[in-house]
Amino acid sequence: MTHMTTDIRRDAAATTATATGRAAEPPVLLRTTDLVKHYDSRRGLWGRITGRPGSLVRAVNGVSLDIRRGETLGIIGESGCGKSTLGRAILRLHEPTSGSVVFDGAEITELGRDPMMKMRRRMQIIFQDPYASLNPRKTVEDILIMPLKLHGLAKGKAARDAAAAMIENVGLKTAHLDRFPHQFSGGQRQRIGVARALILNPEFVVCDEPVSALDVSIQAQIIQLLAELKRELGLTYMFISHDIAVIGYVADRTAVMYLGEVVETGRTRDILAEPRHPYTQALLSAAPRLDEPGKAARIKLTGDLPSPLNPPPGCKFHTRCPHAMDVCRKVAPAPVADAQGHMAACHLIDGASGKAEAPA
Amino acid sequence: MTTTTLPRPDTAAGDRPEPVLSVRDLRTAFKTSHGIVRAVSGVSLDVYPGECLGVVGESGSGKSVTFASVMGLVKKPGWVEDGEILYRGRDLTRLSDRELRALRGKDIAMTMQDALTALNPALTVGEQILEVLRAHADDLPRGRAGRAEARRRAVEMLDLVGIPSPADRLNEYPHQFSGGMRQRIMIAIALACRPRLLIADEPTTALDVTIQAQVLELIADIRARLGMSVVLITHDLGVVAEHCDRVVVMYAGQVVETGPTRAVISDPKHPYTQGLLDSIPRLSDLSHPIRPIQGQVPELIDLPPECRFIGRCPKRTPDCRTGIDMRPAGPGRAARCILVGEETEA
Amino acid sequence: MTTAVPASSAGASSAASPDRAARTQSPFWRNMRKFADNRLALASGVVVLLFVVMAVAAPLIAPHDPNATDLFRRLQPPAWMAGGEWAYPLGCDALGRDILSRIIYGARISIFIGTAVILVATTIGILAGLAAGYLRGWVDTAISRLVDILLAFPYLIFAIGLMAMMGPGLSNIVIALAYKEWVIPCRVVRGETLAAREMEYVEAARALGAGRARIMWREILPNILSPVVVVSTIRMANVIILEASLSFLGLGVQPPTASWGSMVADGRAFMLEAWWVSTFPGLAILLLVLSLNVASQGLRDAFDPKFHD
Repeated sequence: MTHMTTDIRRDAAATTATATGRAAEPPVLLRTTDLVKHYDSRRGLWGRITGRPGSLVRAVNGVSLDIRRGETLGIIGESGCGKSTLGRAILRLHEPTSGSVVFDGAEITELGRDPMMKMRRRMQIIFQDPYASLNPRKTVEDILIMPLKLHGLAKGKAARDAAAAMIENVGLKTAHLDRFPHQFSGGQRQRIGVARALILNPEFVVCDEPVSALDVSIQAQIIQLLAELKRELGLTYMFISHDIAVIGYVADRTAVMYLGEVVETGRTRDILAEPRHPYTQALLSAAPRLDEPGKAARIKLTGDLPSPLNPPPGCKFHTRCPHAMDVCRKVAPAPVADAQGHMAACHLIDGASGKAEAPA
Repeated sequence: MTTTTLPRPDTAAGDRPEPVLSVRDLRTAFKTSHGIVRAVSGVSLDVYPGECLGVVGESGSGKSVTFASVMGLVKKPGWVEDGEILYRGRDLTRLSDRELRALRGKDIAMTMQDALTALNPALTVGEQILEVLRAHADDLPRGRAGRAEARRRAVEMLDLVGIPSPADRLNEYPHQFSGGMRQRIMIAIALACRPRLLIADEPTTALDVTIQAQVLELIADIRARLGMSVVLITHDLGVVAEHCDRVVVMYAGQVVETGPTRAVISDPKHPYTQGLLDSIPRLSDLSHPIRPIQGQVPELIDLPPECRFIGRCPKRTPDCRTGIDMRPAGPGRAARCILVGEETEA
Repeated sequence: MTTAVPASSAGASSAASPDRAARTQSPFWRNMRKFADNRLALASGVVVLLFVVMAVAAPLIAPHDPNATDLFRRLQPPAWMAGGEWAYPLGCDALGRDILSRIIYGARISIFIGTAVILVATTIGILAGLAAGYLRGWVDTAISRLVDILLAFPYLIFAIGLMAMMGPGLSNIVIALAYKEWVIPCRVVRGETLAAREMEYVEAARALGAGRARIMWREILPNILSPVVVVSTIRMANVIILEASLSFLGLGVQPPTASWGSMVADGRAFMLEAWWVSTFPGLAILLLVLSLNVASQGLRDAFDPKFHD
């Protein structure tokens, strides 16, 4: 695990320290340490012989995060920042390249096939695209019963009853069980996706942009449904989104990702009230506002996201940062956290106070 | 159904000039295996010179089909059943294909949501801009001089939309650009002939917020510089709030509310607009609970004459069973709800 | 229906369709209905079916024993020509055998070999294609290279060589043709699997703990069967032509068994004085192959995912 990562471990240590200070904090359910997922597209034998570098996509590049039982951790970032890959690497849907994922005390990355299969009951995922995430050839009932049979939890009538109970839990009707996915609208399909994820009664759910593909009014229905289910079932969410308003609404704590790295974490309200990393500030000011249009002084980012194939040296944000200094081009900033666990990785931040030196 | 005369938006400037585009009682339908889908049923709206009109609605609201009809781009199995589309007094529905082609791109231009599929992957960006210029720019000299002039204008357009080193990038293909850059290129192509009216169909939906902000500012900037009118079709009320003078809210193939953006957002008259506003999480007030609109958009097949929002409306009354026309709802405003009149009287 | 307007919750109002017999709403049946809407394709499908019925019921339909020779009827013309008789409607061949009966029995050979080859090839192709497309890695490399190599041989020459090596016989024809035919469904299945394995419903199944075999069989296979069916029908026509070619060259079904290919070959010598000996079996090949092709086009139009979903 001696990977070239920014050392966010210190953040983890900092939050743990503050956590011990406040006994009321629930225990950490999931902890990633230096989690790395690279996609090596050097193809075939020839590429391996020559070892030609260059096509290594650093999708997730050393992410350390804690998720406490019962909380919702929001992950925000733009396309290509690695937020979806992070969710999949945690669940080992894409095998992590290196780093550790500890879930309720167990190191997931080292589990064999059978223990991992058992572990999957406890951690589930809800997908973004309600059209691609349901098998078009299966009825809703088949979709919901499959996980129960797979884990030997129920079969026959018991399984059908469980499916019926679940489908009503997500606001659909038992009459819907015989239907195929194409007979539903996007919002209804997303409810089916939620039902499938929850039928095994998991503790932890990765919500990967669950409302991004939905219309605004339907989006609110699903957000509300997820919130209700979380309350009823005591779930822990990792909620991935590109919409900072949605994150602001659902997440207790938030991690901001840029080019495969976490640039800022903290309580959501702290991040929204006092964003420290220039990228977070830009993200926040770019979000269109209903009530106070044009109020936020727009921080204009120029240019596009650099390619994750060839990320810039130093601070990865320096190519677009309005405050970029010489040091930013050479040295990756170390994360700095304050007593509340509000962390940001930026050279502008004063190590003592944890606050930004130059107001944005 | 009767054609409703919409109240003219009044502004501080007093009388408005004639609208650039005036759509009257437009009806567009699609034939499907389940029946005839009335995607647009009786839409009327005006676009005034130099303004930015926001057209908001969810999927199935008919917002895109309305403007595809304006552009004459509705393809089989769809067709424009009825209505007038007046562009500076000429009814576009009566024009021949050739006359319409002459108008498209030159007077009215449209950008599509998905820039990657809307651009031709086999042609360079430059070739695609030149194509539009050659088709429409009458003032270009013939021969080599004309080609050089067209090229100069193409470079100018790419420069205008903020593409660095435009002369070099003219020879590149669409896939060599990022999503935001491709959207800019599509805007450049749309603007190549300096249209009076730009219809931007979800120009930023496929883009990240930081890029979205860039593209929207670009459109606003060009609108100011070229003095054109812009129709911004979007599902995002936030985008409308930031960029549009007036807004048209559409639901299930109809206009349900229209008026100055600020007024509509701060005091929505139609329950659908209210519901839409209530379902959006607001950064300014996160403790404010979001309230979703229950239910689904109705299928647009064999709809009864009742209010189309009736199944989802928290304020429905038995009277909503009869059809409702747009009603005046304050200065420059109108809404399709029977409660509107009562409220004004009360 | 006077006062209360039904409140429709998310579940109450189905955006899709009213409660019909839900199972008939499965994608497969929807596609089949679409296929049935295409008249020409449907008619072709019926013709193919008639050939199948003809082949199965040959002993009941055929007016004569296909192998009974009658030298008095040598090259007897069809019934409507001078010298013909209605007991032998399509005339007789050089050994005086009834051509209609031989065509009816010949359908057995064509359809048996076509079906057997396609069944064997598709089964192998699906297994290999799923493995290559889903497992990737060295499995994929090995299978794909093998496919490339097999594709580099000219089909007919390859089959001729195999037949020459193995000797004639029905099962040998099936082996000789299936030996290479499987690469076609294999490539289709591999391509479709590569696309399907990236779908979120496959990821969902993995997240739920489903193993590789289950994902390949239960999640991916049902979704890629449509193109496989379409390709199989197109290839069936091809296989029937190949079998006819082998029989024509004398490497296929051995005399006296009736096969359309060998019947065409038999008639070559008498093309001028007795055109019917070659022409009618030739027309039978044409009609069956054409019907198969048109029907498969119809299937493709109905099943093509680009037009729906």
